Amino acid sequence: MGTGEPVTAVKAQEGTRASVRRVWGMGLLAVMLLATLAFPWVDRLPYHRDLVIRVFLYAMLAQAWNILAGYCGQISLAYASSVLQMRWGWNPWVGLGAGIPVAVALSMAIGYPCFRLRGHYFAIATIAIGEIVQTLAINWDFIGGARGLTLPFQKDSLLAFQFHTSKYPYYYIVLALLILCLLVSWRIERTRLGYYFRAIREDPEAAQSVGIPITRYKLIAMAVSAAFVSAGGSFYAQYVLYLDPDSVLPLSLSILICLLAVVGGVGTLWGPLVGAALLIPLSEFTRIQFGGTGRAVDLLIYGALLTLVAVFQPAGLVGLLGRRGRP
Amino acid sequence: MLTIPPPDVLVQGILSGILMGFVYALIAAGLSLIFGLMEIVNFAHGEFLMLAMYTTFWAYALFGLDPLVSVPLSAGVLFLVGWLTYRGIIRRILGGPMLAQIFATFGLAIFLRAGAQFLWTPDFRQVTRAWVQGPVRMLGVSVGLPQAVASVACLVAFGALYWFITRTETGVALEATAQDRQAAELMGINTERMFALGWGIGAACVGIAGAFLANFFYVFPHVGSLFALIAYVTVALGGFGSIPGSLVAGVIIGVIEVLGGLLIAPAFKYVAVFVLYLVVVLLRPQGLFGKF
Amino acid sequence: MALLTVEGITKRFGGLVANHDISFAVEQGEIVGLIGPNGAGKSTLFDVITGYYRPEAGEVRFDGHPLVGRRPDQVNRLGVGRTFQKLRPFHAMTVLENVMVAAMQHQAVPSAARREALSSLEFVELADKRDSYARDLSTGQRKRLELARAMATRPRLLLLDEVTGGVDQRTIPTLVELIGHLRGQGLTLVVIEHNMRVIMSISDRILALHLGEVIADGPPSEVVKERRLIEAYLGDAFVVPSGGPRGSGERLRGEPE
Repeated sequence: MGTGEPVTAVKAQEGTRASVRRVWGMGLLAVMLLATLAFPWVDRLPYHRDLVIRVFLYAMLAQAWNILAGYCGQISLAYASSVLQMRWGWNPWVGLGAGIPVAVALSMAIGYPCFRLRGHYFAIATIAIGEIVQTLAINWDFIGGARGLTLPFQKDSLLAFQFHTSKYPYYYIVLALLILCLLVSWRIERTRLGYYFRAIREDPEAAQSVGIPITRYKLIAMAVSAAFVSAGGSFYAQYVLYLDPDSVLPLSLSILICLLAVVGGVGTLWGPLVGAALLIPLSEFTRIQFGGTGRAVDLLIYGALLTLVAVFQPAGLVGLLGRRGRP
Repeated sequence: MLTIPPPDVLVQGILSGILMGFVYALIAAGLSLIFGLMEIVNFAHGEFLMLAMYTTFWAYALFGLDPLVSVPLSAGVLFLVGWLTYRGIIRRILGGPMLAQIFATFGLAIFLRAGAQFLWTPDFRQVTRAWVQGPVRMLGVSVGLPQAVASVACLVAFGALYWFITRTETGVALEATAQDRQAAELMGINTERMFALGWGIGAACVGIAGAFLANFFYVFPHVGSLFALIAYVTVALGGFGSIPGSLVAGVIIGVIEVLGGLLIAPAFKYVAVFVLYLVVVLLRPQGLFGKF
Repeated sequence: MALLTVEGITKRFGGLVANHDISFAVEQGEIVGLIGPNGAGKSTLFDVITGYYRPEAGEVRFDGHPLVGRRPDQVNRLGVGRTFQKLRPFHAMTVLENVMVAAMQHQAVPSAARREALSSLEFVELADKRDSYARDLSTGQRKRLELARAMATRPRLLLLDEVTGGVDQRTIPTLVELIGHLRGQGLTLVVIEHNMRVIMSISDRILALHLGEVIADGPPSEVVKERRLIEAYLGDAFVVPSGGPRGSGERLRGEPE
């Protein structure tokens, strides 16, 4: 480790402590993994399972947003839903397979010119693009159009990605997606990619001065992010929209995604999951307590929370725990 | 794809686009003023407008005040809202990370929208018996009188704002603060007060616009989102921080909106506006009149 | 052949000419001091050389490569490092991470980049601050951090924008010493500096800019002799310790002769 200096006893001690902490961390992760794997067999209430599926799905989408906005600093306010709209309506697995490269390619094509814009200009450009895509999607039959995203009812099969008698496959599919997304983020954090992303977020010009081709790395962040949003989008269409076609999201999905990440902790590995685990059940709870979405109590809380976190705790809830959380 | 409408429809469309453009300009001017002062985009600007429209509506529904009468009331209420927003929220995030700057007002927007829905339900409301209503003939075509009144009033308010900023002592102090905060402080300007004042005036702009809009537009919790989107585009097009830029951009956007609706399809009128925005900022990131 | 040649560079901002027909050359191993009053176009010249601005006319060559039209990151990868006048550390990253980012150009693996970054930090005597966040450093420490960061990209030419500006005077000798060490490593330097005592002592050659034009180019001893020039163009920024009019004289006290 050292650079030729004598490694002091203090340092060695620090090293042991770090490895002890690592063992604990691994243990905790293993327990969490086992718990999530066993959950649907222990708690058989469909309502609970549905809630956990939603938490995982939104956590994954929020983490995908986080890769672009949190790590790389390109704050997009509407692109998640844009990417979601760009799915193929055919076989869901084809959709998952073809949708990802298409979403990646389209988002990069759109992102490339926009990455010249900075800060607020970029954020507003993503809103404008989101509106354009939204309008096109509503008025363009090819993508599914105003008919919405309801899918033809089919018999249970893995091929059709529809499971009516048993919802367990949905649970494990979304869990796998979430774990994959977290693994990729974890890997990014620990490699050059993550360091470059953070440098670009902090100061793009200074990043250039040390030889980082910033547009290329912004595009990489966009591509990784879009791939996961697209995968999540296919799942979303199969699960949420199919099961509950009338549920108009009280808040546009893009905003919900940013919210989860910001409240949980932007630019952190666990922030989006923490945010989703707290806020998605909270929204369910208020819906039961106050009845329906008409009164928008959950939004009232979301909005207030978002402002409070931005003003007083920009590192998010994860930031309260330790120094890993950064604004 | 393109359908060419008859000339009188076109003239009428362009005229109403220009009229609406003046309203957009005033809304955008408030946003631009705030941005010019401290480089913060108020993502709750549309919700401020919504509050102004509700203020006007309730003044009418509860006390029988005509929207034209409640213009000063709405402006005053919104001035207070802007002032408080600065004191309570914005002051704490100045110089903070970009993310905090964006999400502080973004959260406020969601909060206000949900608050309006909670208190006043999602119902669409309308001022039914206003003093000014019905059509009026201008340049050989007919346009709505409330629109015309709103347009003229917003243009006058815009002129007053411009006069205030360029000609009065307080206005010059505001401008100095926008140019260089440190230098302004050395000159003895209380920049903290200027910031709060900027937020007050910026919000009062939508207070005025909202009162006139309530004359002919439905009032509902989400009404602000659409106007806010247009205001962002207007400000970016005119150049962030440039007040005269807002006027030109507002009119351009009003006309493009109408033409997009007439020439392509009504559903695409905002697409035309947003495409225009993207083209402009990509070719000229500082907008038409931006300084940097 | 010179390591860096600047040929007829002109850069305008609207009506303002920031650089007008600037030409000079820097030899391998040389330390060139770039002086001139505020607004003379010094930082703009750095921005043109490193690809942040595209000049209206002229060409810059580094080691035979034309630089105009290249992006800043490409210029850096050719071997030109720089610091900024208005310091730009990555605030929410630690000191070590700041330098690691730069070192990763040659060492993609974080552990290797960490080693290289640490030696860079030891060079500027900032290794003990490695776990502090950059935003918590003092101005002097930030200057050294920027230096370490630029060094970690292994440049052959280093452009330093205001090494001692805004630094408390006790730190100045350390920074001057550092520049000496840089030369010892075989680096070629172009240094913008307002402290005349510092610039005169470290430079092999001085280049003076005024209103965007080169008005003097030569060894410090000769540039100093052109008193009219110095007085006319630098005014009281150049102050001889015996009879300084104001301000700057203070700065000189307590410095090594």
